Amino acid sequence: MRHTIPKIMLDRVSLPESAAVADSDAVPESETKMQAAGVRVTYGEKVALSGISMEIPARKVTALIGASGCGKSTFLRCLNRMNDIIEGCRVTGQITLDGQDVQDPDLDVAMLRSRVGMVFQKPNPFPKSIFENVAYGPRIHGLFDHKEDLERIVLTSLERAGLLNEVKDRLDEPGTSLSGGQQQRLCIARTIAVNPEVILMDEPCSALDPIATARIEDLIDELKSNYTIIIVTHSMQQAARVSQFSGFFHLGELVEFDSTEAIFTNPSDTRTKNYVTGRFG
Amino acid sequence: MSPTQTWQSRPETARRLQQRHRRNRLFRHLAATGLLLAVTALVMMLGALLTASSEAFTETRIKLTVRYDRPLVDPRGDASPESLEEGDYTAVIREAALQLFPQVASRTERRELIRLFSPGAAFRLKERLTSHPELLGNSEELWLAASADADQAFKSGLTGKEGERLTPFQTHLLLQFQERGALEQSFNTTLFTASDSREPEMAGVLGAAAGSFFTLLVTFFLCFPIGVTTAVYLEEFAQKNRWFDFVEVNINNLAAVPSIIFGLLGLAIYINLMHLPRSAPLVGGLTLALMTLPTIIITARAALLAVPPWIREAALGVGASPLQAVMHHTLPLAMPGILTGSIIGMARALGETAPLLMVGMVAFVVEIPQGFLDSATALPVQIFLWAESPERAFVAKTAAASLILLLFLIVMNALAVVLRKRFEKTW
Repeated sequence: MRHTIPKIMLDRVSLPESAAVADSDAVPESETKMQAAGVRVTYGEKVALSGISMEIPARKVTALIGASGCGKSTFLRCLNRMNDIIEGCRVTGQITLDGQDVQDPDLDVAMLRSRVGMVFQKPNPFPKSIFENVAYGPRIHGLFDHKEDLERIVLTSLERAGLLNEVKDRLDEPGTSLSGGQQQRLCIARTIAVNPEVILMDEPCSALDPIATARIEDLIDELKSNYTIIIVTHSMQQAARVSQFSGFFHLGELVEFDSTEAIFTNPSDTRTKNYVTGRFG
Repeated sequence: MSPTQTWQSRPETARRLQQRHRRNRLFRHLAATGLLLAVTALVMMLGALLTASSEAFTETRIKLTVRYDRPLVDPRGDASPESLEEGDYTAVIREAALQLFPQVASRTERRELIRLFSPGAAFRLKERLTSHPELLGNSEELWLAASADADQAFKSGLTGKEGERLTPFQTHLLLQFQERGALEQSFNTTLFTASDSREPEMAGVLGAAAGSFFTLLVTFFLCFPIGVTTAVYLEEFAQKNRWFDFVEVNINNLAAVPSIIFGLLGLAIYINLMHLPRSAPLVGGLTLALMTLPTIIITARAALLAVPPWIREAALGVGASPLQAVMHHTLPLAMPGILTGSIIGMARALGETAPLLMVGMVAFVVEIPQGFLDSATALPVQIFLWAESPERAFVAKTAAASLILLLFLIVMNALAVVLRKRFEKTW
């Protein structure tokens, strides 16, 4: 099957209806998408996170910063229960998505992950074609009735991930043939193809060069009007550039959580101040 | 020593460096010697097999003009298949040969003359006449298989010395045939179209090959699904607890159990307990499956483990269930490795003799097995049987059968390589 896009197709590319209603200005400042209360994570004997509580605002970018091994990635993976697949990992405390308990044993984890998508540190496209990479989520969730619908979803997703123009002539080529930055945008397209509400990003730019990083950051900025984004990053500059809220993790604790502006200009904790000013970390 | 001299320029350093280079060279030489030894051994083995088997690939044939005399081949006189079945075809050959040598008169000499022909020649005439009844009463010219003794004597040049199993009169007769252009060597098709026989010139490997084929079919269709499912379960779903360790250790140990033990197990379970038929490919296959299963599980697990974990994470991240992640991504990516491991396991099963001896697949089987419940033997067992036979001609047959078995193994291993190259994906 060859996926060449007719000119007409490209004109028809549009956002899915459910996402199109989203408008960041219409959302009240206080709306909370996800909430964590007293989250504690242990790997066997080792305590990775102790009592994390935070409220993640809807349709904003929340950055989790901190030194390596401080638990920020572990916390991120709690939000879509990616820690389930890690042997010996135990999560206690409460995490809710729109008030619904994420930890509920009766909850379908696959459905949760379709609502809370994830972009990983290393770009990880499937060793399949670009088209199939994006089509995979819609396929397993049965999000379309006709082939044309699937094509529309794929093209829309690629468009919103800012990749369509670069790959529209080679949708049949393997996703792994793209450059690192393109691969990461392909992974973002794959994530948004199932129309999630929250996107978790685990250091999405750490394997990319500065130009590719800038493109991803622009993309994050565009995406925040439709999605709640939580990004783990090593780079404080990146946190400052893309996020509206920031949480500083230190040795498994959430030291401070506030608006990014406050964290960077007027931190209340000295450890946060030392970290953001580059004195340690 | 000046203070500016660095450790890199000291004499000790030069000595150490020299030693290091010497060790490198020594290792390279040792490795090359080892490789050379291995290649020599391989060449010697193949050379020995080829030389030993060369005789088995040709057969000696004698030309006769046979006449399907009604009184001889149609004793009931009604030309019915049953009547033709009872005909005396040895007599037909004898008459035809006597036509050529009218001087042969005494009973002893006539017996010696007929013993130049393989018993298979009479069978062949019977088969020809029953399938072409219109030949009844007519004559035709045929090349008939010579007996093993005549074959041996002809291959060693009819000197009368080497072919000492022939009487001087028989040697004389063969020379007569040769003079008349009625003696030739041709490619031995019997070796590939016949099953086992007491007569070396009538014995072939097809029966054993068919037995091996049915056996391996059972083994594969049992081992592959069970082995892969087990590997997927252990690698992707099972809790890594004490019970898991116990199972893992046992599977690894099973892979190292001597094959004859599996043979005994097969005998005890399938034949004594379940009363399945002895000597059947079904039982042989079930027994070899016991032996091959651990190998397939271990290689499949290794192949699954080699798939990068982020492929799995990517699938789970878009909301695939663990089963979907395995079926859509991990397993297809591991498949080349799993197939390679399975084929190598099957190749091992193909070469296995001991377990088959225990379940009775060591029988003398003249019929070519047609199914899973027919009595059968397998290629390596056939080699074992022929190696034990006293007739000299079986020496060459044994070597030829070994070559054929080796050929099968090479083909299977090549298939493994091809499949790997074909389906391997890079990421």
